[in-house]
Amino acid sequence: MKDTAKDYSHIKGWGVDADPKNDPTYPMKHRNDGEQAGYSWERPPQQPTTVEVLHSIERPNVTAVFGTSTPPSGLSGMIRRIAFKDSESSYGHWLPLMLADRVNMVEGVLDDLMHGHVPNIVGELGWKAEWKHNRTKLVRRVLVRVALVSTAVAYLRSRRDDS
Amino acid sequence: MLAMSYRGPLRVRIDHKPMPEILHPQDAIVRVTRSCICGSDLHLYNGDVPDTRVGMTFGHEFTGVVEQLGEEVQKLKIGDHVLVPFNIACGKCVFCQQELYGNCHESNPEATAVGGIFGYSHTAGGYNGGQAEYVRVPYADVGPTVIPDGMDVDDAVLLTDVVPTGYQAAEMGGIQRGDTVVVFGAGPVGIMAARCAWLFGAGRVIVIDHVDYRLDFVKKYAPCEAYNFRSLEDPVVFIKRTTDSLGADVCIDAVGAEAAGNAMQTLLGRKLLLQGGSATALHWAINSVKKGGIVSIVGVYGPINTLVPIGNVVNKGITIRANQASVKRLLPRLIEHVQNGTLDPKALITHHIPLEEVSDAYRIFSAKLDQCIKPVLMPPSARM
Repeated sequence: MKDTAKDYSHIKGWGVDADPKNDPTYPMKHRNDGEQAGYSWERPPQQPTTVEVLHSIERPNVTAVFGTSTPPSGLSGMIRRIAFKDSESSYGHWLPLMLADRVNMVEGVLDDLMHGHVPNIVGELGWKAEWKHNRTKLVRRVLVRVALVSTAVAYLRSRRDDS
Repeated sequence: MLAMSYRGPLRVRIDHKPMPEILHPQDAIVRVTRSCICGSDLHLYNGDVPDTRVGMTFGHEFTGVVEQLGEEVQKLKIGDHVLVPFNIACGKCVFCQQELYGNCHESNPEATAVGGIFGYSHTAGGYNGGQAEYVRVPYADVGPTVIPDGMDVDDAVLLTDVVPTGYQAAEMGGIQRGDTVVVFGAGPVGIMAARCAWLFGAGRVIVIDHVDYRLDFVKKYAPCEAYNFRSLEDPVVFIKRTTDSLGADVCIDAVGAEAAGNAMQTLLGRKLLLQGGSATALHWAINSVKKGGIVSIVGVYGPINTLVPIGNVVNKGITIRANQASVKRLLPRLIEHVQNGTLDPKALITHHIPLEEVSDAYRIFSAKLDQCIKPVLMPPSARM
């Protein structure tokens, strides 16, 4: 490990009880001289930025590589851009991202429809597997939901008739 | 190419997507031969992880054959059959140099708390994952490891996450000879953690879960004691009573955000998403461990605040150790364990499912149908 004692020689007793074996991060962390070197390593080449990449305000730059799977777009993208103005330690960051995810889900359905594709939501939910392996519970679940919706509709209709 | 596509909570499907391209001189393009669904993929599937965008392909446990290489890749060659650690690591930053490959600082622009992970939302870098026919693999000289001759590909694919995560869970527990180790969770990682606890000299291993077929499996596989918490009045009191009223030496949380067993945690963490998951297993781990004991966390939680009894951590003098597994650091030892028969990862695999049936595969794993423990997706080319 780097000898930094001379930097603190004016402090009486500095480091006299230091014990490299007393390291709760062992063996996950291989200590080296990089401990106090800061952000000084030779960075890998930078991946060209061909899509919009949002980066945490807790770092100064975009990492050398990054994913390009699904750049921000539409209303959800606008919400994500706002979220990235706050730090990772803020609800102002994470809650808008959760909201954006839900908006993005609706955008996904609309995008499917605009491309002439009607999403097979039952198939996407994997209900074929439920039907094969868990039929009784699936049927019960569907019946309960149908009953709840029917009751709610009947209730609303009766209120409308009363008024 | 065919690739899994996330459409929203509980909705995934197979789509045709463009082939991945080399975007960086240290990239490789890999033709996938096996791709698992991980328990932590279910956090994405359930819509629990912030910044999970519609259209993304999941999958961070995969093997494949190298098809293309960037100009700076030196250690791999076309045709190599590789296992790819779930961590995307540059090998150069201070954290990679310290072998903290799960904490790379050059692979995830969106968040500083975690390095890049294949197919794990933009909170982990926005990379498409391996539940596809082909996948882009950054820093190809660092993570991907050629599968040793004679190793079963089903063993190799579990060396990308399940085995190292279970092993590191036990390693972080600082297990001493004779220690009592309690593992919360009998999913694939919990099963492997229980198995690996013996490698560090545990004297007694107990697994707690609520899924009977998985408890039956771990009881034989680890082998260990296994209990259903629904049949226990209070799992913490049970652990105390069975450890001379002192508590276990080491407790491992191998569940994470989807834990059952506490109505308030379930409501806040899983239904309302007002905390980073349901922390029931972690709560039990903290309260079940001995004073001065160690709690090891490999269960995955979301990035926002989560209710845990932190006061008890202080009052009991507990050491908490946690991290994403550093797969590259652990691989040499774990390959030895698999090759000499000490560990038998592929025994966890209960289902090989065609990639095209990814919607059903997620449902089977998520709802624990057909006694599923570990499903592996098989792309068309791997089935020939």
